[in-house]
This record gives sequence, structure tokens and C-alpha cells, in this order.
Amino acid sequence: MDFNLDKEHEMARQLFKDFSENEVKPLAQEIDENHRFPRETVDKLAKYGFLGIPVPKEYGGQGCDILTYAMCVEELSKVCGTTGVIVSAHTSLCVDPIMTYGTEEQKQKYAVPLAKGEKLGAFGLTEPGAGTDAQGQQTKAVLDGDEWVLNGSKCFITNGKEADVYIVIAVTGKVEKRGKVMKEISAFIVEKGTPGFTFGTKENKMGICASSTYELIFTDCRIPKENLLGQQGKGFAIAMHTLDGGRIGIAAQALGLAEGALETTINYVKERKQFGRAIAQFQNTQFVLADLATKVECAKMMVYKAACKKDEFTKNPKTSYSVEAAMAKLCAAEIAMEVTTKCVQLHGGYGFIKEYDVERMMRDAKITEIYEGTSEVQRMVISAALLK
Amino acid sequence: MKIVVCIKQVPDTKGGVKFNPDGTLDRGAMLAIMNPDDKAGLEAALKIKDATGAEVTVLTMGLPKAADVLREAIAMGADKGVLVTDRVLGGADTWATSTTLAGALRNIDYDLIITGRQAIDGDTAQVGPQIAEHLGIPVISYAQEIAVDGDTVTVKRQYDDRYHMLTAKMPCLVTALSELGAPRYMTPGGIKTACAAEITTWGRADLKDVEDCNLGLNGSPTKIAKASDKVRKGAGEKVTPDSPDEGTAYIIGKLKEKHVI
Repeated sequence: MDFNLDKEHEMARQLFKDFSENEVKPLAQEIDENHRFPRETVDKLAKYGFLGIPVPKEYGGQGCDILTYAMCVEELSKVCGTTGVIVSAHTSLCVDPIMTYGTEEQKQKYAVPLAKGEKLGAFGLTEPGAGTDAQGQQTKAVLDGDEWVLNGSKCFITNGKEADVYIVIAVTGKVEKRGKVMKEISAFIVEKGTPGFTFGTKENKMGICASSTYELIFTDCRIPKENLLGQQGKGFAIAMHTLDGGRIGIAAQALGLAEGALETTINYVKERKQFGRAIAQFQNTQFVLADLATKVECAKMMVYKAACKKDEFTKNPKTSYSVEAAMAKLCAAEIAMEVTTKCVQLHGGYGFIKEYDVERMMRDAKITEIYEGTSEVQRMVISAALLK
Repeated sequence: MKIVVCIKQVPDTKGGVKFNPDGTLDRGAMLAIMNPDDKAGLEAALKIKDATGAEVTVLTMGLPKAADVLREAIAMGADKGVLVTDRVLGGADTWATSTTLAGALRNIDYDLIITGRQAIDGDTAQVGPQIAEHLGIPVISYAQEIAVDGDTVTVKRQYDDRYHMLTAKMPCLVTALSELGAPRYMTPGGIKTACAAEITTWGRADLKDVEDCNLGLNGSPTKIAKASDKVRKGAGEKVTPDSPDEGTAYIIGKLKEKHVI
């Protein structure tokens, strides 16, 4: 077991760090305050291949592993949680299922421009009455000749109005399983601009404010028959497997937020003076920082392990990374919340002021405990594996 | 078209500077980066590659770890890397360095050679022009713009108060200023390619038409008498007087305190 990054990963980290410091950090506060989607940053992410990191080069990607992708989300999130989730939702929730379940035609038509960053991706599972409980889905898709007709709506969709390609989960019928009638669920690829596909409410959020979070509305939205992703009736499995990968991205985002808050706070406590000395000289500060740094390191190990486990899956599809991903997200998200909250506390009154990055980081951290499966859902996934 | 960009691994100015007992830099003990002017030259070469499909080779002389800057250059888009490394080449001044690089360049096909104007660890601005002299090709220094058209290169050469537009037939050598443009980032896929790339490594024996007396520390006419790190200034004291009079009084008080006045 080697805990050191090799040359390739070290160089990649330096690249992501430099890019984040120079291109992302200067915008972080402004886009948060104005709830403005950073299109100019997305264009740069595309230019440098950050929107197709784990996609093979023959499909327009960078041909790198999941660990490299996770480090990208981590470094971006150190300075801007919004930018981290733009990359994570695009890569894990849209490009990945197309690469995993798509036909060759679907990969060429959708994954290639997505991986090149010519298009941005999103994923629509959640509905007002159905999140992780996929059986609560109301959005329906009915086959009519050579087209599927979609009706329904999706909410809280990251990259909502800014994306070009959407993975949409919908009910396609009923099936009997173990004597019970269940909804048959399938996955579809829907393009922006398809007649009948519109956007509803833009969510006004506590954190990741620059992220474009929208409701998607489908009203007799007709898509080609060949836009079914994977087999009909396999939509639930596709969604759950997609979320397993997505959780590694969100775990990396949470890790980055925690690291960013800690780094900022370490600098702050060296400068901030109270009672005639820097607050770094007080034992309370030292002990809090020691605890936070230890927890951040713990989160990092979990996130990197989950990423490496998904890399194993790429080589051997029989490998499962579901539990590792759930553990990494649970651990990193809760640590991000704790670290950012305590970093605000160490900043005192200034931590409550918007000019200080930790204020934004604490607001951004909260969502990592909620989306792509709440911490409670992660506990369900982990315990189910323990008790099966 | 073939372009060779000469790049140098230099100490990162953010890190500390360490010296060998003979006064030369202890490069092995310092954090290292690609010299900024060289990186601008590389960017210029990569722009020409983007436009014309030119092949870009990067060449460096240094310790084995100087291969890192070659890999960085490949990750940015260069095609090949050549490292010249040999114990007998250590401690070289500009004369010995340019002799060495010219000896390597005699083995490489090129239409255009680009070097940085100068390295931040030496600030001599001599190596580029000396290489051109050794190879018997024209040199245009201080380039802030480079344009290639057929077999000629047109360069906007910077002066303090003006610039010159110069055109030369290739092969020729151009020394680049950082004003040539912000260098591009590496790409993740480029890094993967760079780490898998084979770096051509040459030693003394591979250098063409050079004499031992012109190489390394022994072949360097420049002798370093003494070297030291810059004495770093303290953070200083920031004062915000309420009026010019108050500020003036503060400054006069300080000058008196130090017995300057």
C-alpha cells in the first residue's frame, strides 16, 4: 500500500491547483453573491479538458482515472464549491452513465461532445415526491411509434438551465416483482431545445448559489426511440449506479470545501491578534485545528480509496464501489460541515461576514450532506451491505 | 516545420535558495519550475504548432530531475523532450551551457530555435545569442511577437522606448520575452501522455563538435567568487495617518529615531 501520489497524479494536482487559484478563486465571491452561473469558467474548464477527465481519449476525453477526476473536483471546491459541483454533475451524472450504458451511437453523439466540453450535462432523477425513493417517480414515458413521449417534472436539477444534454429517469410501465406490482423505470437522454421540454423555477439556495438549479418540465416532450439509455426497465439500476459514482464526486467536493476552509483559517489565525497575540498561539485554536486537520486527512483517505475502487470497477466490472462511495460521501460531507462550521467559529465575527471565504464555504458544505443521497441514505446503503 | 524550444529548470523563487560550497546553485535541494521566459517561448512555439502543425521539441540541460520541465512542456503540448545530463557538464556558465546546447542541437533537425530571453537564476540573457553564434544562424532577441510565414520568421523586438519589426530566413534563433503571452495550462490527458513519454537522454558523448575544454565548470570562463541569497526585507510597518501633516510628522520622527536626520 502506497499512500504517495505518483508523478502523474502530482502533476495533475498541481495543474488543478494552479487553475483553481488563477481562474476560479477570483470569481468565487462575486458569482456566489450574484447567483451567477460562471459560464466563462466552464469555457475554460472545457478548453483544458476538465469536463472529460475519466473519458477515454478515443471518445474525446482525457483518458485519466477517477482519482484524477476526484482531485480536480477537490481542488476546484477548495476555492469554489459551485465550480466543483458543475464538473461533478456533468461528469459523474451525465457523461458516466452514457459511457457505461450507452450504445456506440449514443457515445459518439452525446459522450464525445460532452467530454470535449462542447456541451454540458445534467441528470434528472429527483421529483417533488421522489428522490432516492425511485418508486415514487411520477414522470412518465410512453412509447408512441418511434418516439418516447415524456410527461412530468424533475426538481433540484444541477446545471439545470445551463446544460445541453440531460439524463432523465421516467416510469415506462408496471412490472410484477415478488407478487407486488412495481413501477417499471427507464433512463433516457433528452436534449435541450426538444419541443415540450421547458424549465420551471430557479431555486434560490442557501449555498452553491452560482450553480444553476432548476425544475425541468416535460409536456408531451417527444424524443427519438433510440434515446432510451440502457435497457427498458433498467432505469432504477442505472440511476443508483450513477449515483454511486456521483457520490465520489460530491465526496471530493466536500473534501475540497473542508480543505479550503482549513487552509484559509490557518492563515487567518496567524494574523488575527487578540489579547496581544495571534490567536494561533492559544491552545484552543491549536487543538481545534489539530482535530480538523486530522478529520480532513481521514476524509481524504476515504475519498481517494473510493475513487481507486471505482478505477478497479473500470478494469473489472464485477467490482462494486457502492459501499466505499457511500462511506466516502458520508464521512467527507459530515466532516466538511463540521470543519467549515468550526472555521467560521475560529474567525469570530468576521466568519459571519460575506467578505470572508469561510462564510460561503460553510453554506456550500451543507448541501454535501443532502444531495446525491442524504447522509441518512448513505447509512442505509452501508448498513444494508453489512447486514445482507 | 520543426521548432526546438530550449527550456531551463530554475529555482522557484517562492522556495529558499541553496548553494554548493563552490558558489554554484545546489539545484537538487531546491523547489524547481520552468523558467518563465522559456515558458513564454514554449507558448509561442505551441501557438505556431496550433496554426501550422509544426513539431515542437523541448531541450534542456540539467540534473536528471530537469526531465520534470520537459514532461511539463509535453503536458502543455510539446511533442518530444531531450535532456542533456552528465556530471562533466555541471557548474557550467553561459559559455559552457551554450556550447553544450549547440552540441545537442547539431543532432536535431530544426527550422526555428526559441529560447527564453534570460533565466531568473542567472539573468544573463547570453545563452540564446551564444547558441546562435555557435550554430552560425541569425538571432533575433527580445521577441514580444513571433509570426511564421513560409521559410521566414517575423519578430516584434522590444526596446525600452520602441520596437523593431525584423524578418529573418529560417533557420534562426529567437529569444522570447514573457510578454509573448500567458502560457497555457497543461491538460490532464497531456500529463498522462507526458508521464508515459520517453525522454531522450544524452550525455557528453552525444554532443556533436564540442571540445571538453569548453564544457562544465572547467570550461567556464566565469568564476563565481561568492554567492548569497538576497537579504529578505521584513514585512514592514503599515501606518494610516489621518492627514498628510500627521504622516509627515511620523516619517520625520522615524528618520530622527534612526539618526538619518
